[in-house]
Amino acid sequence: MLEFLWLVPAIPFASALLLAVLRFSRKAVAWIAVGSIAASSIVSLLVTVSYLLAPPATNSYTQVLWRWFDVGGLRPDIALYLDPISLIMMVVVAFVSFLIHLYSTEFMIEDDGYARFFAYMNLFVASMLTLLLADNLLLLYLGWEGVGLCSYLLIGFWYRKPENGLAGRKAFIVTRVGDTALVIGLFLLFHELGTLNIQELMQRASQHWPIGSAAATTAALLLLGGAVGKSAQLPLQTWLPDAMAGPTPVSALIHAATMVTAGVYLIARTHILFSLAPQAQFAVAIIGAATLLMAGFSALTQWDLKRVLAYSTISQIGYMFLALGVGAWPAAIFHFMTHAFFKALLFLGAGIVIQSLGEEHNIFRMGGLRKQLPVAFWTFLIAGLSLAGLPLVTAGVFSKDWILWGALSAAHGSTALWVVALLGVLLTSIYTFRMIFLVFFGEAHSQVTRRAGKAMYIPCLILGLLSIVGGYVERPFARFLETVLPWNAGDFHAIRITETASEGIAALVFLLGTSIAYILFLRKPTYAENLGSSAAGGVLHRFWLSDWGMDWLYDRLFVRPLVWLAQVDKNDFIDAVYAGVAGITEITWSVLRRTETGKLRWYAAGIAAGSIVFIAVVLFL
Amino acid sequence: MTVIPMSHGLILGGVLFALGLAGLLMRRNLLFILISLEIMLNGAGVAFVAAGSRWGQPDGQIMFLFILAAAAAEVSVGLALLLRFFRLHNTLDADSTSEMRG
Amino acid sequence: MTTFMGFAFYIAAAVAVISTIMAITRLVAVHALLYMIVSLLAVAVVFYTMGAPLVAALEVIIYAGAIVVLFVFVVMMLNLGTKAREEERQWLAGGAWIGPVVLSALLLLEVIYLIARVGTYSNMSGVADPKQIGIALYGPYLVGVELSSMLLLGALVGACHLGRPAPTRKEVRE
Repeated sequence: MLEFLWLVPAIPFASALLLAVLRFSRKAVAWIAVGSIAASSIVSLLVTVSYLLAPPATNSYTQVLWRWFDVGGLRPDIALYLDPISLIMMVVVAFVSFLIHLYSTEFMIEDDGYARFFAYMNLFVASMLTLLLADNLLLLYLGWEGVGLCSYLLIGFWYRKPENGLAGRKAFIVTRVGDTALVIGLFLLFHELGTLNIQELMQRASQHWPIGSAAATTAALLLLGGAVGKSAQLPLQTWLPDAMAGPTPVSALIHAATMVTAGVYLIARTHILFSLAPQAQFAVAIIGAATLLMAGFSALTQWDLKRVLAYSTISQIGYMFLALGVGAWPAAIFHFMTHAFFKALLFLGAGIVIQSLGEEHNIFRMGGLRKQLPVAFWTFLIAGLSLAGLPLVTAGVFSKDWILWGALSAAHGSTALWVVALLGVLLTSIYTFRMIFLVFFGEAHSQVTRRAGKAMYIPCLILGLLSIVGGYVERPFARFLETVLPWNAGDFHAIRITETASEGIAALVFLLGTSIAYILFLRKPTYAENLGSSAAGGVLHRFWLSDWGMDWLYDRLFVRPLVWLAQVDKNDFIDAVYAGVAGITEITWSVLRRTETGKLRWYAAGIAAGSIVFIAVVLFL
Repeated sequence: MTVIPMSHGLILGGVLFALGLAGLLMRRNLLFILISLEIMLNGAGVAFVAAGSRWGQPDGQIMFLFILAAAAAEVSVGLALLLRFFRLHNTLDADSTSEMRG
Repeated sequence: MTTFMGFAFYIAAAVAVISTIMAITRLVAVHALLYMIVSLLAVAVVFYTMGAPLVAALEVIIYAGAIVVLFVFVVMMLNLGTKAREEERQWLAGGAWIGPVVLSALLLLEVIYLIARVGTYSNMSGVADPKQIGIALYGPYLVGVELSSMLLLGALVGACHLGRPAPTRKEVRE
């Protein structure tokens, strides 16, 4: 049944077109939208089953649909490539998308743009699946751009408020910077290696480029640039917190579970290239480590519930980048999977909370919702524990511990990176439980005005279950990915602790973080306030709140000079050419206007003069 | 019978036409403009008759008959309009009504 | 006989031209009309010398006898008075006549050039009898006759309608 692979991206694409072009009732829209993703998920499951039961010869299956074009040696096909990486990601993306679509049918029920929302969402899922299943980098880039477009459209979905449009624009422009780097990388790869087919590319790269060569490093760094933009890592992470202006399902789907992991996928896919460029790989690890710390600190200070989750996403993807950077490739994919489950759940739960309180986003005005929204509380708690890493029971701890072990023991790992990752665990547990305690415990500052229905709770429950059991597949997962994403183990003798010891230390850090959060935000809130209002604390608070001043920096560094330049250039000589055309027309008009006097004899004279001229022309020419 | 060259007849027609045109462009009084118009038509008729006489056929004169009919029709309507104009504006100045200027 | 016709043609042509010049330069409408009548009569003589007696007669009867009379009636109805004469003098003052004269002269020169170049020096010797004209009118030119009758009907109705007394609407205008 592998030949049905093309249906997986095609069905959502078709339904997106249908929803965009024709008018349907709300119910029909919901059925079409959710049904198409459900169908896509079912097909992906069938494909998975058939792949597992009868794995193809080279561990991969390519389905060529047609040749895209053939110009100057570049011959990309519209072709889908299925191997363990894309299989796992396809299944996760399809299934999580299905749950979020189900949730949105009720979340967005009162919105006027219901059909438009689902058209965009379906188009997004189609693009994401194309990206994942693409056989060559050009088709991947097509999906890449598609998800970028849908992200822009969905962030600015409530377009009547200008700040939403600005947030969408910011997201688009910042990721554009990354996309440009990616495209240049594609140019370089084609120019040097003559193909954009990923498998051929990796083969030729390992044949022609020695390890550490300039070409490989440049290409890898350019691809990294693209990944950094899409995955909101340093230095292009500024768009993701503002992207929370979009509806919550959008944040759940795009900015937590799927689009932001496209960068991780890209690097994992081209990991052979990164293996050939150790400096670039090191850059990946550094970027991941730095981002996870920065975002962790910023998440500590946020008062908007969704922004906490946004920074948390940035931080967790930093973990994935860290895993990629040290050579623990499968760990990154595993973390992607568990993160998709619990982060989507966190966003969906946040959506329930925000809607129940009548669009209240400020966590300091929430509280005591434990009794009033029990299902939301329990699922949110499970997801939060998974995020922070409660040992043994939750999925997140397995993936995070795997990454920690990789940071210590993998090919490019080091103790320093391991310590940074542990610090990240501490921050994660602090900000997660800060969020949970402030929202669900304590006294209620706002009242619950509306209750969510089944369509919103069922996905939460399913994701909650997955957040618990999703981690148990770690071993089979690793075996499954072994052939395509090997674990690059490092020098064992240099490591002084075992994996279990690392896990134990992580568990202790988790408990430490939880207790700090408990004391600061539940027991003695005055400590936190004193800390925040002290001189140094206040500065730090403001600094972290504003994302380490990066928005301010980019504004001063790029935005203002550009705007100034545009203002200065407003009336340059090219504009004069256009204005000149208008000016000449005006002059001609004012001259010709004199000939229309309204006087009879003038017109008669005109006729006479004209006839003289004509006869003269006939006579003498 | 006669030895007048046709070109002379045509030139006579041309001269009369040109005089009528000059009068049309020169005068401001609408009545004189109409008179000049009649002179122009008459000049054209002279040319037609001259040409018809050269060939000895009645066609030129028939054309003149039609011109005559058209001139008569035009004069009657034109003068009626002139009267209306005079009653409306109390003047026969052709330049007084230039409201269709641009 | 032929030379007499020749003389007659040139003399009548001269008279026609001179009286036309006079007609277009008068200040009083009636004077102009009178000169125009002279011009039309001279043109009728010209027609006769060209061998077109019917048209000569029609020129006098219809052109000079009906159309100009119509003009005279209208002038009488307008009843312009001496004020009009002063107005005309003003309007014709200065170089008002230079431009038109130049234009007309140019046109005339072009026409003469055209005629001279083509060189039609054959004589206007044919005579077309009224009988011939009648046969042609009711033969090949029948449609034209019908059309001109319709034209005259239209003109009749138009002139009738336009000539009715209309409200002056001076109040609205000023």
